[in-house]
Amino acid sequence: MDFLIAAIPLIPLAGFLTLGLFGWRWRSETVLGALGSGTVGLSFLLSTIVLGWLLQLPEPQRSYTVVLYRWIEAGTFRVELAFTVDPLSIVFALVVTGVGFLIHVYSIGYMQGDAGFWRFFAYLNLFIFMMLVLVLSNNLLLTFLGWEGVGLCSYLLIGFWYNRRFEGVGILWTTDAGRKAFIMNRIGDAGMLLAMFLLVQQFGSLEYSTINAQAASLAMGSGTIVAITLLLFLACTGKSAQIPLAVWLPDAMAGPTPVSALIHAATMVTAGVFLVSRLAPLFALAPATLNIIAAVGALTALTAATIGLVQTDIKKVLAYSTISQLGFMFTAAGVGAFSAAVFHVVTHAFFKALLFLGAGAVIHALHEQQDIRAMGGLRRSMPTTYRLFLVAGLAIAGIPPLSGFFSKDAILWHVFEEAGILGWLVLVAAAFCTAFYTFRLIALVFHGEERFDRRHLHPHEAPAVMRVPLLILGFLSVVGGFLGIPHALLPFVDSPNLLEHFLEPLFTPAAALLGKISAPALHWEEYVLMLLATAVSGAGALSAWRLFSADGLAAEQKIQQRLGRLYQLLWRKYYVDEFYQKLIVEPVQQVSERFFWRFLDAALIDGVVNGVARLVGQLGSIVRRLQTGVAQSYAMVMLVGILALLSWLVLF
Amino acid sequence: MEWILLGLLATPLVGFVLILLLPRERLRWIHALSIAVGLITFGLAIALWIAFRPEQPGFQFRIALRWIESLDIGFRVGVDGISLLLVVLTTLLTLVALLASLEAIRHRQKEYYAMLLLLETAMLGVFVATDTFLFYVFWELVLIPMYFIIGIWGGRNRIYAALKFFLYTLVGSLLMLVGIVWLGVYAQQHAGGFTGDLERLQQIGPTLPLTAQRWLFWAFALSFCIKVPLFPLHTWLPDAHVEAPTAGSVILAGVLLKMGTYGLVRFNLELFPQASFEYAPLLAWLGVIGIVYGALVAFAQSDMKKLIAYSSVSHLGFIVLGIFSMTVEGLQGALLQMVNHGLSTGMLFLCVGMLYERRHTRELAEFGGLARRMPLFAVLLALAVLSSAGLPGLNGFVGEFLSLLGAAQSRFLDNFVFAAIGVSGVILAAAYLLKFYHALMFGEPSNPENYHLRDIGWLERLQLIPLVVLFVWIGLFPRPFLHLSELSFRSMVAKLEQLRFGITTIELPTPQAAPAAEPVQPSPSPLEPQRFLEEQLRRMPPPRP
Repeated sequence: MDFLIAAIPLIPLAGFLTLGLFGWRWRSETVLGALGSGTVGLSFLLSTIVLGWLLQLPEPQRSYTVVLYRWIEAGTFRVELAFTVDPLSIVFALVVTGVGFLIHVYSIGYMQGDAGFWRFFAYLNLFIFMMLVLVLSNNLLLTFLGWEGVGLCSYLLIGFWYNRRFEGVGILWTTDAGRKAFIMNRIGDAGMLLAMFLLVQQFGSLEYSTINAQAASLAMGSGTIVAITLLLFLACTGKSAQIPLAVWLPDAMAGPTPVSALIHAATMVTAGVFLVSRLAPLFALAPATLNIIAAVGALTALTAATIGLVQTDIKKVLAYSTISQLGFMFTAAGVGAFSAAVFHVVTHAFFKALLFLGAGAVIHALHEQQDIRAMGGLRRSMPTTYRLFLVAGLAIAGIPPLSGFFSKDAILWHVFEEAGILGWLVLVAAAFCTAFYTFRLIALVFHGEERFDRRHLHPHEAPAVMRVPLLILGFLSVVGGFLGIPHALLPFVDSPNLLEHFLEPLFTPAAALLGKISAPALHWEEYVLMLLATAVSGAGALSAWRLFSADGLAAEQKIQQRLGRLYQLLWRKYYVDEFYQKLIVEPVQQVSERFFWRFLDAALIDGVVNGVARLVGQLGSIVRRLQTGVAQSYAMVMLVGILALLSWLVLF
Repeated sequence: MEWILLGLLATPLVGFVLILLLPRERLRWIHALSIAVGLITFGLAIALWIAFRPEQPGFQFRIALRWIESLDIGFRVGVDGISLLLVVLTTLLTLVALLASLEAIRHRQKEYYAMLLLLETAMLGVFVATDTFLFYVFWELVLIPMYFIIGIWGGRNRIYAALKFFLYTLVGSLLMLVGIVWLGVYAQQHAGGFTGDLERLQQIGPTLPLTAQRWLFWAFALSFCIKVPLFPLHTWLPDAHVEAPTAGSVILAGVLLKMGTYGLVRFNLELFPQASFEYAPLLAWLGVIGIVYGALVAFAQSDMKKLIAYSSVSHLGFIVLGIFSMTVEGLQGALLQMVNHGLSTGMLFLCVGMLYERRHTRELAEFGGLARRMPLFAVLLALAVLSSAGLPGLNGFVGEFLSLLGAAQSRFLDNFVFAAIGVSGVILAAAYLLKFYHALMFGEPSNPENYHLRDIGWLERLQLIPLVVLFVWIGLFPRPFLHLSELSFRSMVAKLEQLRFGITTIELPTPQAAPAAEPVQPSPSPLEPQRFLEEQLRRMPPPRP
């Protein structure tokens, strides 16, 4: 088993090395694509085997660590390169490799003919490796390696077409968007570094098992714990695009669409949720942090969803949707519903990947057109894509019995229980917006008249290599929710929520700390809330449908006029980018250049240095005058000196 | 095995003499000879590494030859875990610098290679000297060839830069000479005889009265901090880098700066521990200021070499912070970071040199869109940039992480704020390094001169690829490197903690437990802290009011 577990991340690494070192020589895209996807498929197979193995173990023993070697050792600090499989890590590994495999296959079609075909697959394989390291690691430092590693891959893939232009605040090229992502993530990562220093101080180790085991012995809500968890959450806001570090994700859409699907929707951005869940016992000790997480999550969910209402770039709509959905997950984690958060990670990976890949098919068919105002009526030429997109739309809107309904309902229920009606209302409002912008998108893209140039563009379905992954994702978006059926809906089965049950051993300590030993809920309350939330989502979807399905563009213009300033506010994303640019980026540039360099360094410090040199020189040239070379004057000075000395000796 | 160390010092010196004897037209001979000398020296350094026994405390390969007997000044050399890696780094970077010069240096080649080899002996001497006077001689000897390398083969403003470099560093080292003599005199008065023997002085140092320690601390520290260079003593560095030829920059950043940080460890911490406790927060503050300041100023640069020069100020800040955390983790990180900085910054200067050879400009704005023209170069430079930015998995991360971890945990500094500020350097490094990389590589080339740049050739690959291999090696398997110095730093920190807190938590291998494969010379060992300290404390003069 050791070998199998270690092979899960190492196979994609081997794929990366092979593609990276030799890929440029191979002409055949089939070979490159097969190799690139094959490694991930193999990892997925191994992950399912390991899952099967875990399932047959008795529950308390479902955690197994493989130590490869000791990585860093200095003084009392030591950390190993080791992988742990347990319910949490295997769920993430399955999502990463499973959805990752489908997206790899899809990319063979999407990237066909691209000059950087081999490079693309090399980066994708590297990404899968880093992501697997992130989730399988047994300690925080190795997770950090994966954490920054996926950030690097994200950076490389956002700027994959490095000579293409891209528009944004302070952004000219796609690579600038990549750089923005990298630096904003680094801000969060700095927090994670500090958290690690504090953790080493506190526990003498960065191993999850040690931290989680010893956490229980610490005092609830102590300053150190709050500081550690807040710093970790800062890192999560970077990686998972939450307020205040959310603004990089929409610009990350500069990358190829499969990248947006894989990295910026299904997997990497959920790493923050993973981290919070992984250290759930620690977070449970810091109720203050949990409250902040829940508040930030809810706020992000709502604001991002409102921005999504008016965007016209198909990928940007989906990007804001992703930010919003991640907000849902963090709200869940913040109220202590860790398994609901993980559940939403899983279902979201299915339907959001499907939405992105469907969008990619549309973009592909329209020759890189991303503006939904220049689409329309595509359901006629792309019926399969349309149906799948519709399925994903219904899932994200939370219409039963599709997957999104179950995970969102689980979150809403826990939020209502823990945070009360206010939190619930915020999320339901976000859910309304979600349904609205999704169906606005569907209506504008697939319905109404065809607004693209019909003389030159003849959109058609994507090739099979792209369509089959879409079909599989469509299937998963439909049935994925059955992993977590709430007890309320199947009261006769003992534990119908398979995923929650599977993850339970990991989250029990945290739940105990939070005093959440599941009280039998009043089912009628749950039914009412479920019905209400579904009705609100349905209303959102229907109203968008009615507004946009006939003549979308006209409706769009009407809304724009009707809303006026508010529309502008949403269109410009609450001016956050501009705010950062003017208040942080530009001042730092100016102060660095004008004050630190030109004034402090060049004028002041170097001025003093050169001034000292000049002073010595000038002193020298004054003293030099004494050395006239005239012997008489030397004799004269000597005489005066002797006289002075003598008189001093005589007088005193 | 002592011959290895002697051979290491002698080989470049012999090479220096042989090159001077060769006729100046025989360029091929000169090239072949200097590369051969570089290779042999590097090979000897590797042999030294293999023969080195990390589980054995104290200096190894010790040689003591008579020099000024009446004053007990000798040609004493030896290597311990702290200096070994720096010796290997020096020989590696000299070899790379020699390779980088083959095409770049076009005039006065004979003198040039002679100077480079003389410089190598001098630098190695600094790291292996275990006699204060010998150390001082090598320390000053380094200045001479470097002065000429900048002053003769440098850029337009080379004379100013060379003079500034020379005077700046000379001012500091004169005070150090005073300190060295003072120490000898103190030994004469209180410990039975004038001496330059570092091992004896290490025992005497902690017994010095605090006032004297304070003065001596600064006499040494000033010289070292200028070399590092620590903010605000850094302004010679950008000028020297901008004007120096590529090989000069590589050596300057890669090795010369490390002489300063090495000196801080070897002399300030070991000879003046009590003064170090007092000044550690001050120096740590200067370190973190340097981290932030160097990064911000680097961000404002448009000249590639200046940008990297200021990035050195920032990176060396991490090292100083690690040193004055006075923890094993911090010191280990600092030492590894010295090596890492030498490799990654050395490589960045090599890359800038390669671009300069092609375009004869160092202005970032002149470039752009090179990724498509020079794909292999783009990949290798990306790795250097990421290593310098401290990406986990590459070498820079291990050193930075341990340095900051040490600073955060230090009982001497006892303040989390150092790590908290220092960590911002990680963010800023990403900002200025990516700015640098993007300006060179991405977008479309706006300048027609960039359309047809050729990718790097085999000679250039030979310089860069070994460094990249080391990035990955140290990043993923740092233990063979960390292991070398672990014992040296453990015993050093154990001593420091004993002196400061009266108790140490550091575990040291007991003498019995140490494998006694080879009979070790029983020396008056400073490395059994318990016994040594008792003796020290007994001998220490009572504190003055």
